Amino acid sequence: MSEKIKSYPGFRIRTADFREGKVPYVAYRPKVRYAWSAGIAMSRFLEELKNGRIIATYCNSCGRIMVPPRVFCEECFKPADGWKHVKDTGTINTYSVSFIAGDASRIKEPIIVAVIDIDGASPGMGILHKIGEIDWKEVKFGMKVKAVWKPPEERVGSITDIKYFKPVKEETL
Amino acid sequence: MSEVAIVGVGCVGFKSIMPELSYKELMFEAAVKAYEDAGGINPRKDVDAFVTCAEDYWEGFSIFDEFVPDQLGAVLRHLFTVSGDGLLGLANAYMLIKTGHFDIVVLEAHSKASDILTFYDIVAFAMDPVMVRPLGGNPYYIAGMEMNRYLCETGTTIEQCAQVVVKNKRNALANPYAAYGANITLDQVLWSEPCFYPLKKLEISPLSDGCVVMVLASEKVAKKLTDTPIWVEGVGWATETPNLETRDWGRAVYTELAAEMAYKTAGITCPSREIDFVELSDLFAYKELQHLEALKLCKYGEAGMLLEDGIITKDGDLPVNVSGGCLGMGYALEASGMQRLLEVVLQLRGKAEGRQIPDAEVGLAHTWRGIPTATGAVAILSNIKE
Repeated sequence: MSEKIKSYPGFRIRTADFREGKVPYVAYRPKVRYAWSAGIAMSRFLEELKNGRIIATYCNSCGRIMVPPRVFCEECFKPADGWKHVKDTGTINTYSVSFIAGDASRIKEPIIVAVIDIDGASPGMGILHKIGEIDWKEVKFGMKVKAVWKPPEERVGSITDIKYFKPVKEETL
Repeated sequence: MSEVAIVGVGCVGFKSIMPELSYKELMFEAAVKAYEDAGGINPRKDVDAFVTCAEDYWEGFSIFDEFVPDQLGAVLRHLFTVSGDGLLGLANAYMLIKTGHFDIVVLEAHSKASDILTFYDIVAFAMDPVMVRPLGGNPYYIAGMEMNRYLCETGTTIEQCAQVVVKNKRNALANPYAAYGANITLDQVLWSEPCFYPLKKLEISPLSDGCVVMVLASEKVAKKLTDTPIWVEGVGWATETPNLETRDWGRAVYTELAAEMAYKTAGITCPSREIDFVELSDLFAYKELQHLEALKLCKYGEAGMLLEDGIITKDGDLPVNVSGGCLGMGYALEASGMQRLLEVVLQLRGKAEGRQIPDAEVGLAHTWRGIPTATGAVAILSNIKE
């Protein structure tokens, strides 16, 4: 509305009108469920997360150490040559601070999401995860971080076996 | 305009389930085979464009197209995904080469149907939300209604429909890519569980996992890559109305129109005389007969008799679904048309081993996108360049 326009023509429909059945509509909730086969590469990766380790595959043609692991090198288009454990530390490549939850509501404690280049993997290779134990205003590009793991008995073979990455001082690594 | 040839094929599967591989690993294996088969091309350098076929709800991903480049060697290259069957992808790949701007185009379609836990619910989600979904039930009743009307209009018998299953499952025994080969009797089909009257359990193609990748090339390049290019002579596609209330329940009109389009491009005027063998959608047994008629390979209502006379068996004058069809290879969602196309290519190359049709020169591949669609596509292929 503005100074000149005080009201629009027509009827205003409110959410409550739908709830009370005053507006005819069709509601439908599809039942869509899947169980994706993780496959060779991701099965091993998830298994190693359960062990508290991050595993990569490597390609002898281009020399890349690839995280998350894959059975093929997409650059060279050939099978990967083997497995290699990498560290659970890395540096922040990029990050954002999410003040909005999945349902578009505002959240009090913002979620810091970051792409972390993992130490031991090739540059630009890493994991997207959350950053914790730091005020979001303190987060910096190139900041060293380390995985904070769930206790072994709580790990299920999921990316959430890592709770988040926390900042660490360079010399402690 | 350049002619278009299929110069490489790669197939992994088809099996009832393939839990050992992710969809990425499945696609990678099929792609490696196809590139090797196409004279060892390097997808990182030699391929001008990639066309993949996938439907988000089958995959369980929104915007699934973003997940396909890596495993095909297509990362940072030119790729798009068609939300449809592999033969619709073929039509796109064919047109790309026809423009003259593309010499080598890769085509891919796969099925990871075993990853879907609620298959029939997803099919139900494809129904009209106002008119049909609220009625409930398993949407495969559509096939029952169509079969019923088709039998009523044509006088085709339930025995003739059941015989399609016996034929195709037996054919599948000779096809290493087939998941559901079996030696069964007519009675076993007729007495299998009634599912959607008059449709019985064994007349419904079970789902399967697998992947097919193909390499297409322009005439100039095709001859450098292979000694046996298989020429795409024509493609066609069509969709009837989605309205279940108004569509034609006896005839497969979408296939009639798709075939007309393909025949026109291929310069085919008398299909039954000019086509040596056919691979078509037999997602439900009666569909083989109905589609055969829609492809104008016989008159409406006569396909059942062709079957009884042994004309469409492996050794007949017009072999149909020597691969085993969907009944024998399994319903591979958007890769169903690629199963048909693969068999046509192998037959025309003379590489179909124990199921080889002697002297085959012109083959037809057909597909239908399944319940509840009325979309079909047709491709005509030949090992002789016109």
